[in-house]
Amino acid sequence: MSFLPYAVAAWLLLVGLYGVISSRNLLHLILCLSVVQASTYVLLLAIGYRTGAKAPVFADIPPGTHVVDPVVQSLTLTDVVVEATVTALLLALALQAHKRFGTVDPDEIVSLTG
Amino acid sequence: MNVLQASALILVALGGTAVVVCRDPLRQAIVAGVFGLLLAILFFVFQAPDVALSEIVIGTVGVPVMFLLALAKLHEQRDDTPEIDQ
Amino acid sequence: MSRRGRLALFGVAAAGLGVVLVHGLVGLPAFGDFHGRYGLLLAHVAVPERKATDIVNSITYDYRGVDTMGEEFILFASAIGLVIVLRRMRGEHRDERADERADEDRPGRRHDDLPDDRHAQTSVALRVFGLALVGPVLVLGVYFASQGQLTPGGGFQGGVILAAALVLVYLAGRYHAMARLRPVPVVELAEGLGAAGYAAIGVGGLISGSSFLLNFVPQGAMSNLPSGGTIALLSAVVGLEVAGAFTLVFAEFMDQRLLTGGRR
Repeated sequence: MSFLPYAVAAWLLLVGLYGVISSRNLLHLILCLSVVQASTYVLLLAIGYRTGAKAPVFADIPPGTHVVDPVVQSLTLTDVVVEATVTALLLALALQAHKRFGTVDPDEIVSLTG
Repeated sequence: MNVLQASALILVALGGTAVVVCRDPLRQAIVAGVFGLLLAILFFVFQAPDVALSEIVIGTVGVPVMFLLALAKLHEQRDDTPEIDQ
Repeated sequence: MSRRGRLALFGVAAAGLGVVLVHGLVGLPAFGDFHGRYGLLLAHVAVPERKATDIVNSITYDYRGVDTMGEEFILFASAIGLVIVLRRMRGEHRDERADERADEDRPGRRHDDLPDDRHAQTSVALRVFGLALVGPVLVLGVYFASQGQLTPGGGFQGGVILAAALVLVYLAGRYHAMARLRPVPVVELAEGLGAAGYAAIGVGGLISGSSFLLNFVPQGAMSNLPSGGTIALLSAVVGLEVAGAFTLVFAEFMDQRLLTGGRR
């Protein structure tokens, strides 16, 4: 049972990859990529968790209380915002691809460039 | 690991599968918003309030809004060039 | 390679990847039993040293400040890349449409004279609530960006909330009001100032005689607003940059949508 978080992270990675590979629409592909990104967040936070510990904010608990690992939370925090911007860039590129090739199907775009 | 964490994890796994399985981009945008909320709940249950705040803001405002605007622009481009075979 | 062949190959590769993943993840410490020394040390040391009660933001802006500078610049570069791609697309489209729309520019046309179908599409509830919520959302964004060192929040979250206020104005149907509200040079200046401000505060650490991004501002008392030294400053500067970047991204997508949608 304690393997469940890691199993969910691995499942999200594989399912997202399947979505990316089998996608027929560039926009659908980009959201499947965000599922793959979510798997890394789940994995990072699952690693840093400590049973019975509190959130690492000492605003109302005395300093020195047992807290979960704050380093992985710092990594995940910046990661979430930055990957949203990268998703925006990918969306713009998908729009550009549609304008140039007239289609958003990845299979057809590959065959057009030969 | 308590029941709340286990159920949040299972919901996240189901949500991720739903995002991939849903092929129509418009519906997928809404499902992705719900997936972002489920992820935020999971982060709260893992005692990570900063990360949960980030995920709420990005997953419900950032990504779905950009996605829907891009989708609308795509439909418009498609209407402008009807001679290209879809 | 055909689609079937590709999916079959993916099935085999995914099975292999799954086996390797499970094998690797089983070797991790059991869930809830993490003994990372770095995190434990920082949790003990951060509050007495920096007087900031939010350890995660202390790590983000102080102990691992250089990583955050890199991430901020990724955001900056992505926003610039998106602007370049979309403005070029918009420029090409505008050239194609220029002769078609020349007859639409009647001399007596008012500035906020939207096409009739656009007025009919936005419901009254959406317009009223959208505009009523812009103020509270802005206040919420400023709150989060300024309290990063005390409570969960910080520059990244506050910046996106500030940009979300722009989305509310767009949803309420007031595109032309929005076009007046966000003169693009100001937004670009805000984004550039945010990115440069982070590096400038880091250089301040160099100037004060020690290392880059040293926390050289006086720390203040715990749980007060001006605590944590440069953590509060860096959080505010990152909030400025993230707000500028996301406003730019949203505005570019909206211009794409609206400048060419008026003819229907």
